[in-house]
Amino acid sequence: MSFPWAKHYEPKQPLMRWLDEKLPLPRLVYNAVGAGYPVPRNLNYFWNFGVLAGAALAIQIVTGIVLAMHYAANAGVAFGSVESIMRDVNAGWFLRYAHANGASMFLLVVYVHIGRGLYYGSYKAPREMVWLLGVVIFLLMMATAFMGYVLPWGQMSFWGAQVITGFFSAIPLVGEPIRVWLLGGFAPDNAALNRFFSLHYLLPFVIAGVIILHIWALHIPGSNNPTGVEVKGEQDTVPFHPYYTAKDGVGVGVFLLIFALLIFFSPNLLGHPDNYIEANPLSTPAHIVPEWYFLPFYAILKSFTANFILDAKLWGVLAMFGSILLLFFLPWLDTSPVRSANYRPKYRIFLGILLVDILVLGYVGGAEANARNVILGQIASAYYFAHFLIILPWVARSERPRPLPNSITEAVLAKHGGTSIAHSAAQA
Amino acid sequence: MATDSMVPPGESPEPFHEEVHDPRRRDFINIAAVSFAGVGVLAIVLPLVNQMNPSADVLAQSTTEVDLSKIQPGQAIKSQFRKQPLFVRNLTPAEIAEANKVDVASLRDPQTLAERTKPGKENWLITLGVCTHLGCVPLGAGEGENKGPFGGYFCPCHGSAYDTAARIRQGPAPKNLFVPNYTFNSDTAVTVG
Amino acid sequence: MPRIIASLVGAAFVFVLGLALFGTAKTAIQEPAAESAEHVFHLHPENIGLSSNGFFGKFDNQQLQRGFQVYKEVCAACHSLKYVAFRDLAKIGYSEPEVKAIANQWVIEQPSINPETGEAATRKNVASDHFPSPFANEVAARAANNNALPPDLSLMTKARHDGANYVHALITGYRNQPAELLKEFPGSKTPEGLHYNPYFANLNIAMPPPLTSDGQVTYSDGTKATKDQMARDVAAFLTWTAEPNLNARHAAGVAAALFLLIFCFLAWGAYQNVWRDVKH
Repeated sequence: MSFPWAKHYEPKQPLMRWLDEKLPLPRLVYNAVGAGYPVPRNLNYFWNFGVLAGAALAIQIVTGIVLAMHYAANAGVAFGSVESIMRDVNAGWFLRYAHANGASMFLLVVYVHIGRGLYYGSYKAPREMVWLLGVVIFLLMMATAFMGYVLPWGQMSFWGAQVITGFFSAIPLVGEPIRVWLLGGFAPDNAALNRFFSLHYLLPFVIAGVIILHIWALHIPGSNNPTGVEVKGEQDTVPFHPYYTAKDGVGVGVFLLIFALLIFFSPNLLGHPDNYIEANPLSTPAHIVPEWYFLPFYAILKSFTANFILDAKLWGVLAMFGSILLLFFLPWLDTSPVRSANYRPKYRIFLGILLVDILVLGYVGGAEANARNVILGQIASAYYFAHFLIILPWVARSERPRPLPNSITEAVLAKHGGTSIAHSAAQA
Repeated sequence: MATDSMVPPGESPEPFHEEVHDPRRRDFINIAAVSFAGVGVLAIVLPLVNQMNPSADVLAQSTTEVDLSKIQPGQAIKSQFRKQPLFVRNLTPAEIAEANKVDVASLRDPQTLAERTKPGKENWLITLGVCTHLGCVPLGAGEGENKGPFGGYFCPCHGSAYDTAARIRQGPAPKNLFVPNYTFNSDTAVTVG
Repeated sequence: MPRIIASLVGAAFVFVLGLALFGTAKTAIQEPAAESAEHVFHLHPENIGLSSNGFFGKFDNQQLQRGFQVYKEVCAACHSLKYVAFRDLAKIGYSEPEVKAIANQWVIEQPSINPETGEAATRKNVASDHFPSPFANEVAARAANNNALPPDLSLMTKARHDGANYVHALITGYRNQPAELLKEFPGSKTPEGLHYNPYFANLNIAMPPPLTSDGQVTYSDGTKATKDQMARDVAAFLTWTAEPNLNARHAAGVAAALFLLIFCFLAWGAYQNVWRDVKH
């Protein structure tokens, strides 16, 4: 699709040839994730995480469809139906724990995937559309994860629904009517549970659709690589299959191993005990927190405690949504022509600070709101916005990038110490 | 993970050939990795299929107790066994005589009334109320319902007629109404299942 | 130009956060948050080391049966166990006739209807029934318990942090309110009708001490029924009620982990093999 030297699909078996003539589906797959897609030869393990995210989505869809055969989306019986899955349905405990922890694994690999994009500048031209579609996927994932967490109808489910829909009530004038419309009532109940279930079942398929667009958009310029230098010729690439299918096999193996340890030995590690108490609209748990993957955003929400023109509450909600939506502008906020942070000494330091900053936000999001934690959260939130909106647009001006290699192959050979011209010429 | 086999030796892209390896050893590890993945997928499919089988709570509710003391000769009641209708009928001597009159060899599903009841309790005919054709509930157990041409049960869906021993006599059904396992706890109580 | 707009938006957020930070710091200095009794005197439960812990952990059926006996003779008077069925007891080593007998002799009967009149009635439990609740509804439960609601115990060990250890610590942790607590926090005297327990979140629990003396139950397996032993056994039993499939889960986990470990090595081998001629 992308490079002139990409291998063409030539089915050898008559059946495949017949199918390819009538419906070129095998050709599509071959060009997308088969030998027909040339990929830079120097990708590191961080490039496994896209495939891992796809695997995680597949796991979620399969386990989710199966769980939906046993789950009942009615406020009176939802909690009990989950318990019946855990106790009476054949292998139900396995399916439910796989689905609950699968959400965490999905978000985990997607965070690494996003982090890789930030470090290696994968969002920059000509891959802006890939990035934008990725942010859309991320938003859809957050919505799906939130609505899925409501379904067991435990205390955290209920109060999560109450708090998250409460965000909308921060909007002046129309906020409260919007909240009531979203819930179909004045507090989360049957109506809310049913619509969340419906949307929780629908959105993963929308995500799958956007993923197809994401991959389609990626295949036009081809994959980025750790040097950030564009592919110059055939010697810079290898076919996706078997090279990266083999490498992804290792990644999937390690991913599944960690996933299995979580499911079988610590299935409730990332959950919250309060969600094993059935929803009670009359009593809020002492310490309500979202799932771990929302904690940094929750910390930003909590950090806005002062009114300034707008209510503190509205500032918090704006900032929390803003902290995600600003990712849409990232390709234009970062003005450096150099992609990979390996060659950007200053940006690299700020990115390191951002990583620590997000971990601090995650800690604050889950911690008790005493003065020390609130102040920590406020400083960390300020850096988050400063990083993307102030530092990133200006850092390129005062930064002198390290010299870039002339080509991917040159970088690879330099790493292996064998920069013999003859050798690389022979390869070319 | 790749589900089709890796590129066989000799087909890997030309420019990168540097040294020659033993091709058999190379093949082995690729095949082993792919087969392992295949076994893993099969192991995962098992619980995904098994989850559709009846769950423990469904299997647990598999006995039904029926009180016979209120059923007069000639009457029948409908009860429930595993969420299916259960017909319990107290046959009159005339009905028993009629059932025993039939030439068993001429039946589609040859069975005597004695084979379909417990010794000494020939008047108690306990069957599932599920037509053996396609699963409708036959008429004849309720007061005033059409018992069909043979005085037993009649299925209105496709016209299967059963006699006083609930044996198929006419219509498309292949078998007699099913007699579940049951035991008499006393003269007036049975446990089905 | 976009750079300047972005910087202005960024500066706005940073400014508002700075304002908020100033407010937080000012409040913290002017009115430092007071310590509370539950913050200072709350204790964390100690580890009771159940046999079900760890990668190869399995339930000890003897202990679960003892714990069931404690539940039956002590806890069941007030606490329901609604997600557990009598038939489930077969999984902790009771035979089918034993399960039937336990269900049949259970003191609290299942709500039912009179088959003649349709009026509310009760009937004896059968194996497929879930454990009946000791109270007809929440109002009845509160009325009988000084307006406190005894929670369902089916999921208790998963619904509390460090669940099994918490259950053991809570039922053995009753004591008199320490004098230092009253000296430091004179307003925190345990209210009438509540009981001081440092393992309970707010230190004052409505449940009276359930285990009052050694030998409160008589174990059929000869184990000496000290208060600590009974608390351990019932904590183990409630671990089982919350997670009845733990044995299967651990066994499947060991198999899955071994399988995936081998797969990782094979996949690594295949990867090395495919890439052997390509520098990268």
